[in-house]
Amino acid sequence: KSSVQTIGEEQIRNPYTELLVLNGHQDIVRFLVQIDDCRFASAGDDGIIFIWNAQTGEKLFELHGHTHKITAITPFSSSDASEEKIHLILTASADRTVIVWDCTSGRQVQKVSCFHSTVKCLTVLQRLDVWLSGGSDLCVWNRKLDLLCKTSHLTDADCYSLGNFPLTVWQHRLGELVIFRLIVSNDESESWNLLEVKRLVDHQDNILSLVSVNDFTFVTGSHVGELIVWDALDWTKQASECNFWDSSVHPDVQPEIKLSQSSNETSVQHLTSDEECVFAAVGKGIYVYNLQMKRVIACQRTAHDSSVLHIEKLPNTQLISCSEDGSVRIWELREKQQLPAELAPTGFFNMWGFGRANKQANQAAKKMQENTPMYILDLVGDLIGHSSAVQMFLYFGELGLATCSADHLVILWKDGERESRLRSLTLFQKLAQNGDL
Amino acid sequence: MISAPDVVAFTREEELEDELYSEPPLPEEYSVPLFPFASHGVNPWAKVASSKFTRDFILISEFSEQVGPQPLLTIPDDTKVSGTFDLNYFSLRIMSVDYQASFVGHPPGSAYPKLNFVEDSKVVLGDSKEGAFAYVHHLTLYDLEARGFVRPFCMAYISADEHKIMQQFQELSTEFSKASECLKTGNRKAFASELEKKLKDLDYTRTVLHNETEIQKKANDKGYYTTQAIEKANELASVEKSIIEHQDLLKQIRSYPYRKLKESDFHPYEPECLLDQANAGCDQDLTTSEPGETHLYAHVPSYTPKLIKAKSAKCFDKKLKTLEELCDIYFFTQTLDQLHQIERTFRGDVCYLLTDQISRALLKRQNITNFLFEEESFLDEKPPEKQYRGCQGLGQDVIDGKCLEESQAPKVVISLGSYKSSVECVPIKMEQEIEDSQEPKMTESITFEHQENLDYLDADIKGSISSGESIEVLGTEKSASGLTKSESQASLPVSPSPQTGRSKVGSRRTVSEDSIEVLSTCPSESLIPEDFKASYPSAINEEPYVDDEEGGLRFTPKLNLDDPDEQEDVAKPENLVQVDIDSACCIGKESPNFLEPLTDLGQKPCDEDGVVRIPPQPYRQAEQSLRRSFGGFPSHDGISGGLLPYDLDSRYLTGSREVSKNSLDECSDSTSYISSAASTCSDRTPSPAHPACSASERHKKKAGQNALRFIRQYPFAHPAIYSLLSGRTLIVLGEEEAIVKKLVTALSIFVPNCGVYTKPVKHWVTSPLHVVDFQKWKLIGLQRMASPAGVNVLHALSRYSRYVSILDADSKTLRCPLYKGTLVSRLADHRTQIKRGSTYYMHVQSILTQLCSKAFLFTFCHHLHLPISERETEESVVNRRMNFLKLQLGLANEDIKIVQYLAELLKLQYIQEPGQGGNPVLRFDYVPSFLYKI
Repeated sequence: KSSVQTIGEEQIRNPYTELLVLNGHQDIVRFLVQIDDCRFASAGDDGIIFIWNAQTGEKLFELHGHTHKITAITPFSSSDASEEKIHLILTASADRTVIVWDCTSGRQVQKVSCFHSTVKCLTVLQRLDVWLSGGSDLCVWNRKLDLLCKTSHLTDADCYSLGNFPLTVWQHRLGELVIFRLIVSNDESESWNLLEVKRLVDHQDNILSLVSVNDFTFVTGSHVGELIVWDALDWTKQASECNFWDSSVHPDVQPEIKLSQSSNETSVQHLTSDEECVFAAVGKGIYVYNLQMKRVIACQRTAHDSSVLHIEKLPNTQLISCSEDGSVRIWELREKQQLPAELAPTGFFNMWGFGRANKQANQAAKKMQENTPMYILDLVGDLIGHSSAVQMFLYFGELGLATCSADHLVILWKDGERESRLRSLTLFQKLAQNGDL
Repeated sequence: MISAPDVVAFTREEELEDELYSEPPLPEEYSVPLFPFASHGVNPWAKVASSKFTRDFILISEFSEQVGPQPLLTIPDDTKVSGTFDLNYFSLRIMSVDYQASFVGHPPGSAYPKLNFVEDSKVVLGDSKEGAFAYVHHLTLYDLEARGFVRPFCMAYISADEHKIMQQFQELSTEFSKASECLKTGNRKAFASELEKKLKDLDYTRTVLHNETEIQKKANDKGYYTTQAIEKANELASVEKSIIEHQDLLKQIRSYPYRKLKESDFHPYEPECLLDQANAGCDQDLTTSEPGETHLYAHVPSYTPKLIKAKSAKCFDKKLKTLEELCDIYFFTQTLDQLHQIERTFRGDVCYLLTDQISRALLKRQNITNFLFEEESFLDEKPPEKQYRGCQGLGQDVIDGKCLEESQAPKVVISLGSYKSSVECVPIKMEQEIEDSQEPKMTESITFEHQENLDYLDADIKGSISSGESIEVLGTEKSASGLTKSESQASLPVSPSPQTGRSKVGSRRTVSEDSIEVLSTCPSESLIPEDFKASYPSAINEEPYVDDEEGGLRFTPKLNLDDPDEQEDVAKPENLVQVDIDSACCIGKESPNFLEPLTDLGQKPCDEDGVVRIPPQPYRQAEQSLRRSFGGFPSHDGISGGLLPYDLDSRYLTGSREVSKNSLDECSDSTSYISSAASTCSDRTPSPAHPACSASERHKKKAGQNALRFIRQYPFAHPAIYSLLSGRTLIVLGEEEAIVKKLVTALSIFVPNCGVYTKPVKHWVTSPLHVVDFQKWKLIGLQRMASPAGVNVLHALSRYSRYVSILDADSKTLRCPLYKGTLVSRLADHRTQIKRGSTYYMHVQSILTQLCSKAFLFTFCHHLHLPISERETEESVVNRRMNFLKLQLGLANEDIKIVQYLAELLKLQYIQEPGQGGNPVLRFDYVPSFLYKI
């Protein structure tokens, strides 16, 4: 049974009609980070970091320094208003080092190698001009790479920062969330301290994703498909959704199969949000959870052939997802006309990604009439280029979309029309420059 | 390639290569009567049926002082070539027109024999009785034993086609000059070494004689000399004189400027400097007596000095050196290589040569677009400066020589000036009737006067203005001298506008059918100041009207209109505005001259048979007609519509087909190819048929043949070709490598190149494809396998199906987007009458060139891409762009995408920085594909 929606070859609304393959990596490319308006860095298992020009696809720098695979990368830009902005990136690697790179010169600025274990995540607290590294313990560093403070040894974990708050959420143990507050004492001693504020234990399984919606709300998702909305002020659970795999919406799936598949099918791989909604990549599907209504308003249960690894909401109504199946899909969230007739045929109208027999659909439609999302995710286009799992993508607005994949490639997708126009512009500039005009 | 002749002479039928294409023969009563002479194997286009040789050849003759004019060798060296043609008689003819002032021996008032550094003369000669016309290149070689040390030779390019000789005069002149220069260099080398040996001998003889005299003196103290002793003393004196003379000669020959080492790929040998050694015995006083002619040593195999007897043998007893012996062997073989190359270059009909030259000349102007479809061999040609290298070499040579002269003898410049003035007073044109023995004499005497004033060092240049019965001098020797820049510019050798010269030739030829025409004698290229090298006009390919600054754009929108009804559209008032805008944004709008009436084309003389006699005139006319054909092309439905009136495939027109076939085979003969490639003259200026040509010619033929077969066999050829032209990768899938490769070869002629150096065609792939492959290759031959690996291959194909069109060679299906345009149907008409691969190839090239010009126009029209004013919306620009494509360029449906794709390639190529390779982008469309079946 192929329930994945396909769009076919005619994709009028897909703007990406030109691609540029960026070669260089020799292993899986896992990370893409934006440096500024027109540059981004890619890093992966080969331990090399490349800096690219997002417009031309030109390879700007090739940064060598790590001996093992990169485990985390984050941009660290100086917010110093007086000077011109210095663009740095921090990279952590399995060789237990963190290196600070200067993106303008392509040089290694500094290297920290006093870690006891691999740093698994890096987070920058821009307002305080410090950065955190999370591994077996949590360390706070300033720009000069002085260790400000650290927690005691704990088990394996990730760290997240919640906005610019001096707050750190740190995932401990199975499903346990530890909140730290970073205390800055402003006397001469300049002493920093990480104060444990709260432990949240509502999740049943590993927390895989966390997104902070605003200063007062953050959302977490776990491996078993729990989605919990937290209040960031009093650490209470505002809402939770854990019926992504609810059998009521999967009437045709046998329980046994569900059980065997559940771990993969329901894990919340990635979360993203705008002001109103949280977009969750759950298994192969995409769910839109409205924070106001506290329910899923739209979903695409099988958006891809395999797990969705990364999703992002674009400034317009579009949503991009990438998956292990090697494709990138562009979705549009639009309001559904409430026409009952539209409910019946499946497969064409994207209501439910699972195309089932008409009879069942009709029954289900009746049954779930009130439960039906008011919005639908419409497939606008898909980008097929990678031959292996697309790990991540980076949306550059007009400049296009960069995707990285396990096939060692970074592909830059571009709007062909725009590129053509730009080339014409360049051409006539060059003509004028040469005096040929 | 611009034009595509496909005229088949109605003489033979069995030559048709295409076995697929066999029509039932017409009933006798409907058939076209054959050319009356067809039974004799005579081609109706052969101009002079009376010629006794079957093809052009090169003849080297000598005016032997013993037996008179005699032929030495022919190239190709095959008795079949010259046939019954009387070489001896023709040698007499061609040698008799050499009126070089080959003065030798003692000039009056000079003590020593002088060497004359006579420049070559170039003469066109016709003999209508023999049906032979020849370009004759006279040169002199030095031989110590010859009278006056010189041996006159000539190299003649003999053809039955008078027009060919006249049209190709410049090219022939350039090529032969190079060969001659090479031969002469070798000869000087040989001559110098001969002199050295001779000097050694003389030195030795002197020592011996001296010793004998001493012995005699000692033995005889009677106080008087015996007759024997006197004899010995005389002998000694004569030997010493001889030594001085030979030293003098050696100095003269050495003073001739050798090519410098920087051009060493042409003449890698640095002349050995044995001057010191030779000078060793030269500090004797001079005595004046009769120069003793010593002719004993035809061969001096070693440096072992030998005794020389004072009395020489009788002149006619000795055996003269052969041409080979006269020249250093290295240079000799190289000269032969060059001559073979010349023969290869100029074989075939003049139409073909001219068409080729015109194509090249035009292609050079299209330097922005020609990377798209032209072969690399065209594009690999050296930049223009380099192409003058031959001339530059000559000039450089002499410049260096001049520096030498100046440093040694400053008076040279002055005397050259006066020399020039003397030459200028030579009448430009001598009438046929004039018994013009006076003029040459006068010239000579003037020259001699100067000669006397000049030191031998500046005796390089010796004009040869000459005449015989019925000689027309169309252009005489121009001698640019070391004067000021502007002056010498004015007197640049040979009129830089070939048209005028040519037309003159044409008109005159009708008058004097049986005349000898001296188009130009050797310009004293040696004296051209270096600044003018670039405009030296002997390399005619580069020459065409570089003066006009027309830019690249050659069409106004109006001319570009294809269909008559579209023209009407434009004439409508609402569209006129559009036209104005477009013409305003056309870069080359200031080139209205191509709208001039094509007067030249009007007068196309035909002879009695109604056969067009005048081959394509070079350059401007041809180009005009080309434009005309562009304009008129689409109005014809058939393929032949747009062809030039005289676009005839040369191989049909040469004397006989066998010959042409032979020549083709020879052309591709690997040994000859290697030899010419291995010869060090590889940097010679590219000629219409340069060494790479034979290979590419064959490829063209094969590809064209395969393509013809493809379009006839596959009804869905059009969408497949559309895929290629619009940049969508076409994959030819098949089990058998040979079949797939054949298809790929056939289709490769439709693939636009993405850059200068990448031909995006991959003939055979066995592994699964990736996106990168589609970015790199536009035509891929893919193996279909039954194994699991093959499943992967197919899986990858279906995954990336949106980027590719798939032509299944096994099941004969094609999966690709729909094509509804009109362009490809013109390009690949399955009912085409074209039968030959090479012709079809040219046809394709001509349509693709037309397409390129459209793409060029589209790319470089500013307002089609950018807003005219600030307020203009992007939408209106898009509208304008689409209007232009549809109305102005007359493109329909998918044809627009082709031009857009080509335009993108042009843009990418143009904006690409020279240093970097440029990122190839993969552009694609989200369009549905359809499955075509036979």
